[in-house]
Amino acid sequence: MRLFGADILPLAAEHIVLALVPVLLGLVISLPLGWWAWSSRGARRILLPLTGVLYTIPSLALFVVMPLVLGTRILDPVNVVVALTIYAVALLVRSVVDGLDEVPGEVLTAGVAMGYRPLGLLFGVQLPLAVPVLVAGVRVAAVSSFSLVAVGAIIGQGALGTLFTQGFERFYTAQIVFGLVSILVLALVIDGLLMLLGRLLAPWAAARAPQRQAV
Amino acid sequence: MFSSLIAWFTASAQWSSTTGIPTRLLQHLGYTALTVLVAAVIAVPIGLYIGHTGRGRFLVVGLANGLRALPELGVLVLFVLLIGLGLTPVVLALMLLAIPPLLAGTYAGVSGVDPAAVDAARGVGMTERQILVQVELPNALPLMVAGLRTATLQVVATATIAAFVSLGGLGRYIVDGQAQRDFVQMAGGAVLVALLAIVLEVALQGLQRAVTPGVRRTRSTPVVGKTDTVTVGG
Repeated sequence: MRLFGADILPLAAEHIVLALVPVLLGLVISLPLGWWAWSSRGARRILLPLTGVLYTIPSLALFVVMPLVLGTRILDPVNVVVALTIYAVALLVRSVVDGLDEVPGEVLTAGVAMGYRPLGLLFGVQLPLAVPVLVAGVRVAAVSSFSLVAVGAIIGQGALGTLFTQGFERFYTAQIVFGLVSILVLALVIDGLLMLLGRLLAPWAAARAPQRQAV
Repeated sequence: MFSSLIAWFTASAQWSSTTGIPTRLLQHLGYTALTVLVAAVIAVPIGLYIGHTGRGRFLVVGLANGLRALPELGVLVLFVLLIGLGLTPVVLALMLLAIPPLLAGTYAGVSGVDPAAVDAARGVGMTERQILVQVELPNALPLMVAGLRTATLQVVATATIAAFVSLGGLGRYIVDGQAQRDFVQMAGGAVLVALLAIVLEVALQGLQRAVTPGVRRTRSTPVVGKTDTVTVGG
């Protein structure tokens, strides 16, 4: 499908990959890090402020610094993926800690009394109960990831964000509006799917506290 | 690579000319301060009203959730095309980022005040205005500063993009470096932006701690904590 002189579908596919792969990688990295920060006071004291600082670094700056750190070329999509993975980790480590914190102490005690070993307790009791908080974190990470990918267009690596840079150069408002709407729609669809996934994984949470991640 | 980066930072023209680092830094801080100020003038009264009366809560939640998905770069170039080059479209676009956290922080701060304290104030004969100014506002301050912190960080990050629409600020180095294929300049600009953001974050964290009374908390911000991390990352 060609629109505004560009193939939209490959751009959209690229956008989805660049936005979601980092969230997935971020979740995989955050689970052990978050568990570590949850179980050890020292680790928590180092990891949470560190992720806070990482999250503070503006995305454009992080995209630009990546080649210095990774030794990649400036136009390599790996820069965007790694930079967004850093953001996802920064967000999700906190979610994992918050999620594990949510599990009541008496549930853990009951689990231990029933004979769960630490690893079994983590995967059989703690993580399932942390799912609502985790899903809320993943939704935030995914939605902001979609908007952050577009910033990469300034350094020539922005998927649908190139609609903004090109539209600006050609003074073409319709192209920019189309870019805005398509990124918004993609982000909202993914957000909705993640919400559904959360309901499937933790059906009790929606019934108990429908508004909890709102403010 | 690192040695040319150090050479870029230490070149004397970098610290004296009108396109040098001090000028760019002041421009960047100027855009940020102006935007946050205007956004606060709008968001704080609305947040106080919603927090005090409980009316219009959906606005806070809806704005915080909806605007997160909006790509800033697109909003910025759209505003420039609609309004024309200059400071106005940039401040307007950046305001969209600053208002939700300020609104959420003010609202959460005021609505989180212990109802018993508000009832007591009413009981001793305070007017609604006195309750708002003398009871709710001081109690809401920590969360309001948390909102200010999120808003400022968000704006300082996104102000980098303003260089793309011909303004100054530290983003200039990244955009010009990209145009001139001068990676050293780009990296220099990126390092400056990152440092600025981190310095502001630490300073505002200090301010937040200073206005939070009583025992130091181990977890920084309880209520806005979640919105806190929610909106950042420009």
